[in-house]
Amino acid sequence: MNFVIPSFLPAIPEIALLALTSLILVADTIWSKRHQFATYYATQFTLFIVGMLLLSSFATEQTLTFSGSFVRDQFGDILKLFIILISMGIFMFSREYLLQAKFYRGEFFTLGLFGILGMLVMVSAYNFITLYLGLEIMSLAIYTLVAMRKSDSKALESSLKYFVLGALATGMLLYGFSMIYGATATIQFDEMARVIASGSADDVVLSFGVVFVVIGLAFKLGAVPFHMWVPDVYEGAPTAVTLYMGTASKIAAFAILYRVLVEAIPDLVADWQALIIIITILSLIVGAVVTLVQENLKRLLAYSGIGHIGFLLLGIIAANPGGYSAAMFYVIVYSITALAAFGMIVALARTNTEFDLIADFKGMNQRNPWLALMMLFVMFSMAGIPPFIGFYAKILVIEEVVQAGFTWLAILSVVTAVISAFYYLRVVKVMYFDDPDDATPIEPVSRQLKWAVSFVSALLLILGLMPSSLITLCYNSLS
Amino acid sequence: MIALSDYLVFGAILFMVSMAGIFLNRKNVIVLLMSIELLLLAVNTNFIAFSHYLNDVTGQIFVFFILTVAAAEAAIGLAIIVLVFRNRKSINVDELGSLKG
Repeated sequence: MNFVIPSFLPAIPEIALLALTSLILVADTIWSKRHQFATYYATQFTLFIVGMLLLSSFATEQTLTFSGSFVRDQFGDILKLFIILISMGIFMFSREYLLQAKFYRGEFFTLGLFGILGMLVMVSAYNFITLYLGLEIMSLAIYTLVAMRKSDSKALESSLKYFVLGALATGMLLYGFSMIYGATATIQFDEMARVIASGSADDVVLSFGVVFVVIGLAFKLGAVPFHMWVPDVYEGAPTAVTLYMGTASKIAAFAILYRVLVEAIPDLVADWQALIIIITILSLIVGAVVTLVQENLKRLLAYSGIGHIGFLLLGIIAANPGGYSAAMFYVIVYSITALAAFGMIVALARTNTEFDLIADFKGMNQRNPWLALMMLFVMFSMAGIPPFIGFYAKILVIEEVVQAGFTWLAILSVVTAVISAFYYLRVVKVMYFDDPDDATPIEPVSRQLKWAVSFVSALLLILGLMPSSLITLCYNSLS
Repeated sequence: MIALSDYLVFGAILFMVSMAGIFLNRKNVIVLLMSIELLLLAVNTNFIAFSHYLNDVTGQIFVFFILTVAAAEAAIGLAIIVLVFRNRKSINVDELGSLKG
């Protein structure tokens, strides 16, 4: 048996990220005593380097390496670039939050970087082992991040819940993988698609496997009926970690959903489509209805995130490249919007107040008109009101799902969108028409954060005014 | 000769037991961790059985990865449990209800 050295080139960004992160992990123990922010700057620098490496070797066609277990393609590269960009934003917001919350530690950044490594591996996964390893690298980092504030019993409880349900989801996913492996005798995505297309695989075992895989993925995405952990973990975790879980990791979860359902088992579309339709309907309804009664903004965003996952799945249901591109566009837009929303909470949090109740935003217009306007941008974009980018994201998935012949699903999604507009607009109403309990002006923690919040929120409007380049990017990568 | 289906049934039983352990357990968080390990063992049984009957070594390699990651996962799970115990002086599942869920 001869051993061929695989080409390392396609994986250079991940390798660089791993090397630099390990270096930071060790160096942090020395740096942190002398320069408080050395680890933070090193983290941002690392992400910048990885981003540049990705850009400089931007893939235009598919390359496989490591015996076909790792793939590099345009779809993956675009998602990876957005993961990197959003993570840079996450770390920038987190630093101030951690200082305010008095648990600024270098480990936050190294664990965060390891989580990002997991996300990049997930995006590039081309067999079940790579996918599983990427998923676990990310999940293990997040379990630890949630539990980082050791004296906060709420955070610890949510961490334990997340850990148990996350491990359960991984178990389900693996059980499904084992069934699919048993039926097709391969764990390689392209080969698997070939075996299934040839019809030599056992149908019963396959559909049994598909059910478990879809359940596992739905758990990870936080879709109903496997969403129980989402609101608890979002609320319990420190806001900086919620920011991390609610944005970049959604992109990675979408990537594995696409890789498994579309690249590995495209011929079983009849099996998984029916399951996804049920999950989507439930997610849309729960996302719209349960959110109405939430008083905590983090919980509200968690439930509304469930609704957004429902919209994203509409694109997958369409089961054609147009639908997948629309879903990809949706997940990118959702991540940016969620970054802006959680970023706003982070920017206003102080040492003793989390600033995460809707009541905290009362009379925001009188306390700080500029921030109130930015929050209005975020809420309008989430509700899908033109000309904000959220509108285009919604209209694209709905258009694709109508073209695929599911008009009733499109109608249901529009109805839930209208219901959910109510609670987004309620935040706006509270900000503009209610009198503040405490009329003292409020400013973000630092000027840098004020600029960051303004930039991300304004981006929603700017992208909404010229969405075509981002849309074309998504459509081209999957055609 | 033991048939493939016997192994699969065994795996399915392990899977069921671990599910029951996770959802019916109202006492101790450690039991949850044990159930999760059992769940992964059910998966491993499946993989090895398929690997043997397909004459394909991939399944066994997958099992190595699952075992390694399971160890890391258990370490993190236990660490979280230790933190919870320090905070509340109890690891009773019933008392972990301050979030609405």
